Amino acid sequence: MAGAHDSVDVAVVGAGVIGATIALFLARGGMKVALIDRGLICRQASGVNAGTLTMQMTRVALIPFALRAHHMWATAPQWLGHEVGVVVCEGLSVAFTDGEAELLAERAAKRRTAGAPIELVDGARAGQIEPGLSDQVKLAGHCRVDGFANAYLTGIAYRRALVDAGASIRENTRIVAAEEGASGYVLRAQGGAMIAARRVVLAGGVWLQEMAAWFGQRLPIKCLINQLAVTERLAPVMRTVLGIASGLLSLKQYPHGTVVIGGGWQGIGDPVHGPRAIVPENFLGNVRLASHTVPRLMSGRIVRAWLGLEAETADALPAVGALPGHPHVLVCGSVHSGYTSGPYIAKLLAEQMLGHAADLSLQPFDVARLIEGANSPTMPP
Amino acid sequence: MTARFEAIVIGGGPAGMAASVTIAAAGHSVLLVDEAAAPGGQVYRATFPGLDAGPVQGDADRRLGDAWRARLRGSAVQVASEHVVWEVGEGFRVSALGSNGSVSWRARALVAATGTTERVVPFKGWTTPGVFGLAGATVMLKAQMTLPGQNVVVAGVGPLLAAVAYKIVTSGGRVAAIVDLSSASDWLGRLPAMATRPDLLARGLMWMARLLRAGVPFHRRSTISAVHGAARVEAVDIVPVDGDRRPIPGRQPISMPCDALVIGHGLVPQTDVTGLLGALHRFEVARGGWIAERDGNFETTIPGLFIAGDGGGIFGAAAATAQGELAGHAVSRHLSGHSTAGEIGRLRRQLRRAQRFGGAMAELMALRDGQVDAITADCVVCRCEDVTRAEIDAAVDAGATDVNQMKAWTRCGMGPCQGRSCGDVAAAIVGLRVGGRVVAGKFTVRPPIRPLPIGKLTGRFDYADIPIPKPAPL
Ligand SMILES: Cc1cc2nc3c(=O)[nH]c(=O)nc-3n(C[C@H](O)[C@@H](O)[C@H](O)COP(=O)(O)OP(=O)(O)OC[C@H]3O[C@@H](n4cnc5c(N)ncnc54)[C@H](O)[C@@H]3O)c2cc1C
Ligand SMILES: Cc1cc2nc3c(=O)[nH]c(=O)nc-3n(C[C@H](O)[C@H](O)[C@H](O)COP(=O)(O)OP(=O)(O)OC[C@H]3O[C@@H](n4cnc5c(N)ncnc54)[C@H](O)[C@@H]3O)c2cc1C
Repeated sequence: MAGAHDSVDVAVVGAGVIGATIALFLARGGMKVALIDRGLICRQASGVNAGTLTMQMTRVALIPFALRAHHMWATAPQWLGHEVGVVVCEGLSVAFTDGEAELLAERAAKRRTAGAPIELVDGARAGQIEPGLSDQVKLAGHCRVDGFANAYLTGIAYRRALVDAGASIRENTRIVAAEEGASGYVLRAQGGAMIAARRVVLAGGVWLQEMAAWFGQRLPIKCLINQLAVTERLAPVMRTVLGIASGLLSLKQYPHGTVVIGGGWQGIGDPVHGPRAIVPENFLGNVRLASHTVPRLMSGRIVRAWLGLEAETADALPAVGALPGHPHVLVCGSVHSGYTSGPYIAKLLAEQMLGHAADLSLQPFDVARLIEGANSPTMPP
Repeated sequence: MTARFEAIVIGGGPAGMAASVTIAAAGHSVLLVDEAAAPGGQVYRATFPGLDAGPVQGDADRRLGDAWRARLRGSAVQVASEHVVWEVGEGFRVSALGSNGSVSWRARALVAATGTTERVVPFKGWTTPGVFGLAGATVMLKAQMTLPGQNVVVAGVGPLLAAVAYKIVTSGGRVAAIVDLSSASDWLGRLPAMATRPDLLARGLMWMARLLRAGVPFHRRSTISAVHGAARVEAVDIVPVDGDRRPIPGRQPISMPCDALVIGHGLVPQTDVTGLLGALHRFEVARGGWIAERDGNFETTIPGLFIAGDGGGIFGAAAATAQGELAGHAVSRHLSGHSTAGEIGRLRRQLRRAQRFGGAMAELMALRDGQVDAITADCVVCRCEDVTRAEIDAAVDAGATDVNQMKAWTRCGMGPCQGRSCGDVAAAIVGLRVGGRVVAGKFTVRPPIRPLPIGKLTGRFDYADIPIPKPAPL
């Protein structure tokens, strides 16, 4: 432990929306917290995502969490203290073919059972809800609880809140190893800096696999490379959040006029090199799908396409909780549509760490189910 | 189907024309892509079809441009004019938008010869109608044969000041004043370097003589601090600057009536293509900003990706031509494995001379901290998104320590030009606060590198043909 410069109650590694939320609630709960990121706050998935806050792309098991998280986003100025540009509006998930209509009906029913207020409507009714919509729609899922945030404002909002709460923010600090110490752990950063912490939270997005390995554990995390595109500012072309039954489209227009086109079409990249290049065919497919859905997009121009890395576990459900054999090393991440549900799940974990009673149980997402091989309680040499 | 070439050259300025002709002469198939109606680039820009450009004698740029266009026509180079490159990927795949929608080509070697964009350091009233870029004005004067105004103030820095003022005067306009950031001694100190190209030096002196004869007043070591007029420029304020180009406090500005202001503060290399492909870049203030690293053969850190002309660092048109030819030979070697003609030595000597001249001019135009300091808080820096200096500073105060975080928190650089206009100045503002330009970094380049009209991109299609991936997990 020699050389440890700093000592905190909790070191949160990874300053995406998950890590930043955990750090914020722990700091407000009176703990001495360091939030550490190898780059700048919320510059990875949490700063570049499409910001859709929709139930219709959320996994069924996450709906109860997503509904509560939606409320958090809608009231961000109250609890976070700063604007993230959240717009609450209606949402439609549409079907253009019989196959899609079947998929839509099945998915809407399951999500409704989980609590999402989704109703099926025909194409004509969908056209009234969204005047910008194509007249080719056969069936649509209509949800009153929908909306979007301006993801690129996540960092500035959280950073200000964290500073106010007294958390210490260590950017450009890449953790490369962890050691068990007398009263907790010591994290070692590239360049040699050391941070001692009684407890550690790993909130590393697609880098969770690497982080678990610091503790000798194998936590396989798949890396999705999602492509997005944005138009220049346009006169109003739509007023809802739009998607399609398969989940491969997300579309909304921001108050300043730009339209963000997404849906999880894949590009090229990996956790080591980061996002590298768009796949032009996938970009074209995504844009065609968008302009088929909202035909007036045809007269707009795209000014930028970009990529971000999203984490997925073997069963596509979140990884949350203590690493086996390390009750004081907690993992939180790999939440599908994690910008929507992330803050609520992160807040639950923080409250659990503070010893508060929780509203929902995180037990179904216990990370232990995902650890491969022997659950070694010992540290690597 | 994707057509294949051995080499693709992006950008049809002096560098790109020279590179493609050289590659074709060595027997390789080569495609030259340029967004303009005809090759030429900035200096050798062709006149818009149908406009009478007047007598060609005495206009050295036009003569050289016409000569290069003739060489292109006589070569085996395939030219794709009016094609805007919007994406470049590995393996070299180049996607461009033309009148028939988006097309893609592949090539084993790629030459980026995309030139520069103009830098204008913002000042009060710079977005008023009637304010034009200095380099932009050359386009009006050369291609469209129009004057920016009847009574024009020409301001900023570099050789384009005299070139543009001369062109206005000889086209029948009046130049109310020339306002030059540099001093007479800045110019005199560069005479030895300029003497390496007596032809260009003589031309510059000829411009100056003509302007003096026309009685055009020169304000040296001065800058424009404000523009007056709401619907249109009515007058500008001229103030003296110190050695770091910072307006001297307490000095009463001179008000100069005019109906147009043409102003420019140097050129910034356009690094979109090398940025997209992930080549290594370094910051060099004298070369205009961030430039791609390259070896003596103009090859970047990406094998097969070459760079020539001002896009690889500002050296001017003469150097761009020599670089293009040398890069063309290097590409041919890369493709065939053996070297071409023995004229490399001559070209290198020619390049050295041209680079001494152009390098001196580029240093004159390099951005100084004083110019950045002088930008006032309420001044709009990013015109696309209306972001002021105060907002950029506020983002730095909130913890943004590089330009990309600043961009996320302000929208500076998120509009249609994607920071191609404001990026250099915005980074300089951040750089002053965070410990320099290298720390501040550069905007990440992503496609499309030019705004992409959706209807033109998608063309006609059937829903059933969209290759929608399999559904996300439920
Ligand atoms: C507006 C302007 C005017 C200038 N006028 C003068 C002048 O009058 N005299 C002078 O000495 N210097 C002038 N310069 C300086 C200029 O940089 C020259 O030194 C010279 O033109 C450099 O040659 P080049 O071949 O490197 O680039 P350029 O001549 O700039 O040629 C680059 C070409 O690439 C094309 N291009 C770039 N990106 C794409 C893309 N994505 N898709 C398709 N095509 C693309 C451009 O349209 C252009 O035709 C000017 C610069 C600018 C920006
Ligand atoms: C393009 C895209 C679009 C999306 N669209 C949506 C959407 O519309 N709606 C929605 O709900 N969800 C969406 N998502 C998903 C959502 O963005 C993510 O689930 C969520 O942001 C993940 O947050 P996180 O904090 O777990 O990860 P991240 O935001 O990735 O944060 C992880 C952090 O860990 C840091 N880190 C990594 N290694 C180290 C180390 N060694 N030391 C220190 N720090 C380290 C990283 O720098 C990073 O900042 C999208 C994702 C992407 C990529």
